[in-house]
Amino acid sequence: MTPMDAATAERVLMKGNEAIAEAAIRAGVRAYFGYPITPQSEISEYMARVLPSRGGVFLQAESEVAAINMLYGAAGAGARVMTSTSSPGISLMQEGLSYLVGSELPCVIINVMRGGPGLGNIAPSQADYFQATKSAGHGDGRNLVLAPATIQEAADLTTLAFDLADRYRNPAMILTDGITGQMMEPVAFRDDAAPRRPVPEWATTGAGDGPVRLISSIYLDPEALEAHNQRLVEKYRRMQAEVRFEAYQMEDAALAVAAYGLVARIARTAVDRARAKGLRVGLLRPITVYPFPSAAFADAAGRVAAILTVEMSAGQMVEDVRLAVAGRAPVRFYSRLGGVIPTPPELVAQIERLAAEVGAR
Amino acid sequence: MPKVVIDVERCKGCELCVNFCPPKVLAMSATLNTRGFYPAVLIDEDRCTSCAACAIVCPDVAISVYKAERAQRVAVG
Amino acid sequence: MKAVFTRPQALSDTPMHYCPGCTHGVAHRLVAEVLDELGVRGRTIGVASVGCSVFAYNYFNLDFQQAAHGRAPAVATGIKRVLPDRIVFTYQGDGDLAAIGTAEIVHAANRGENITVIFINNAVYGMTGGQMAPTTLVGMRTTTTPFGRDVRTAGHPIRVAEMLATLKGVAYLARTALCGVAHITKTKCAIRKAIQAQLAGLGFSLVEILSTCPVTWGLTPIDAVKWLEANMLPVFPPGEFVTDRGQERT
Repeated sequence: MTPMDAATAERVLMKGNEAIAEAAIRAGVRAYFGYPITPQSEISEYMARVLPSRGGVFLQAESEVAAINMLYGAAGAGARVMTSTSSPGISLMQEGLSYLVGSELPCVIINVMRGGPGLGNIAPSQADYFQATKSAGHGDGRNLVLAPATIQEAADLTTLAFDLADRYRNPAMILTDGITGQMMEPVAFRDDAAPRRPVPEWATTGAGDGPVRLISSIYLDPEALEAHNQRLVEKYRRMQAEVRFEAYQMEDAALAVAAYGLVARIARTAVDRARAKGLRVGLLRPITVYPFPSAAFADAAGRVAAILTVEMSAGQMVEDVRLAVAGRAPVRFYSRLGGVIPTPPELVAQIERLAAEVGAR
Repeated sequence: MPKVVIDVERCKGCELCVNFCPPKVLAMSATLNTRGFYPAVLIDEDRCTSCAACAIVCPDVAISVYKAERAQRVAVG
Repeated sequence: MKAVFTRPQALSDTPMHYCPGCTHGVAHRLVAEVLDELGVRGRTIGVASVGCSVFAYNYFNLDFQQAAHGRAPAVATGIKRVLPDRIVFTYQGDGDLAAIGTAEIVHAANRGENITVIFINNAVYGMTGGQMAPTTLVGMRTTTTPFGRDVRTAGHPIRVAEMLATLKGVAYLARTALCGVAHITKTKCAIRKAIQAQLAGLGFSLVEILSTCPVTWGLTPIDAVKWLEANMLPVFPPGEFVTDRGQERT
């Protein structure tokens, strides 16, 4: 991706959901299939209004189950495709994601997380981390998961998601939340529109006089399925090269805060305020949550006295932090649940408490 | 080339062709194929009219049907 | 000698795994013959579903996608929406289409998706060993209705053709059977009309094809055909339910 010149790029005030949709359109999305669910229906509505006039197909599916399967068909036919939903809808899409991964189809999935479990509420959440990062539905597949912290980043990562999905022939997910989806911020879109992507040679477009193509995840023979899964394992190993994270004020940090997405923005403010009080604290912010920036955390663990992980969940990313840290530093966890958003003063208090506990300044 | 050619190894011995053949010129062989089925066999080619009913009902596309060209048929009388 | 009947080009020569006498093979062949005769083999994409016909892609010389259980109409929708000038068909059984896939088939039909659905109705779940299907007849014994289908707990068999025929998006819809030469010939004719409706861009087309399942019915293939004629034709009457309702497409 060529860097944008922030000074000259035109910025528009946009709702997060709509910015994601606009970014996808500029990335050349050819078909969008989705089903309404709060807090992300604006993505569908933007696509309905705008995508047809920009050369794409919009279809409101009868359910998220149908939407993910429409995505499968269109992706298998060689098109750049996207769907969006929120937490319960991602649950409905699990079988489809497993098929997409097993058939090695590229696609982009937007999850605008809301409170759960069950129907929960429409407030923001980060409680789908496990669902997003640990498995793409049943079986040994993975989503490539990107977690933006601002609307600008959501737009940029949406563009990146299409490229990464193509590069690895895998679903790529944008993991964001109801607040980021609903709020409005200035955003600049890349000028370099996606080059026309050639139709992949594996796509089922009608065999003509050539060999027939098959999109399938069936490998009935156990040894054949083992070989297929080993190819996927190797793919996920190569995917580790896509790790992205942000280290903020970590150079001389005695304490680290680990957070992603919306919570990372709040944590950044808390870090600034804690620094103003004389505490040497930094923020380690995963941008890819799969692949997880384990090396960055392992490295930080050798330099800080403790890591405070903050999530709007009951403790999901913290497990990956603990795995990466492997006991080299204590990891503490703080959370708010149900859509309650932690505030900077709250987090500053947690940082101060941790600093006192481990004797770090 | 016989009027009815049955692929012995594709046939699963379902007997639908025997049942639906109008002049009843097909029967089941007494010899197993390598997959353990008794395949169908043409037993009376002269009375076969190449109607292809056997091929139409065959679920395994095991049957091909041929017809003598007009000149040949007239010559045979 | 001239060939009167040979394997169609759109069918591969891979031997089929279906049980002896199972009419899936006939249905596959008819679809292949129609695609050959209409000259569309090279621009057709099939969608296989989940059931005995899950490996249908092995038996056709066509690009194919294999869909999750019940979802073939959605997968076909995705393909057709991005490749509108290709022929797209699904091949589904009664569990796939009328149980788990009810939402997808109704909505694809309702939207008038320009696809063709080949619906194989043999009143039972074959692949999983003979359980009740939505189209199992009242009183019919299956492994999950060992005492016969009881309407008080399991309801009546669903008449898919009649149900879908009420939707305006349907351009061609027929029910046929594979019990004998005359019925098979009518089935091929219906499949041809369905694909022609797709070629003309008229909307959704479906052929419900009454088929046998000798093994789970516990009958010889010949007796299974007779059973179908005696028991299924009265419950699922053959006929053309929608023939020329083309959608207005601007």
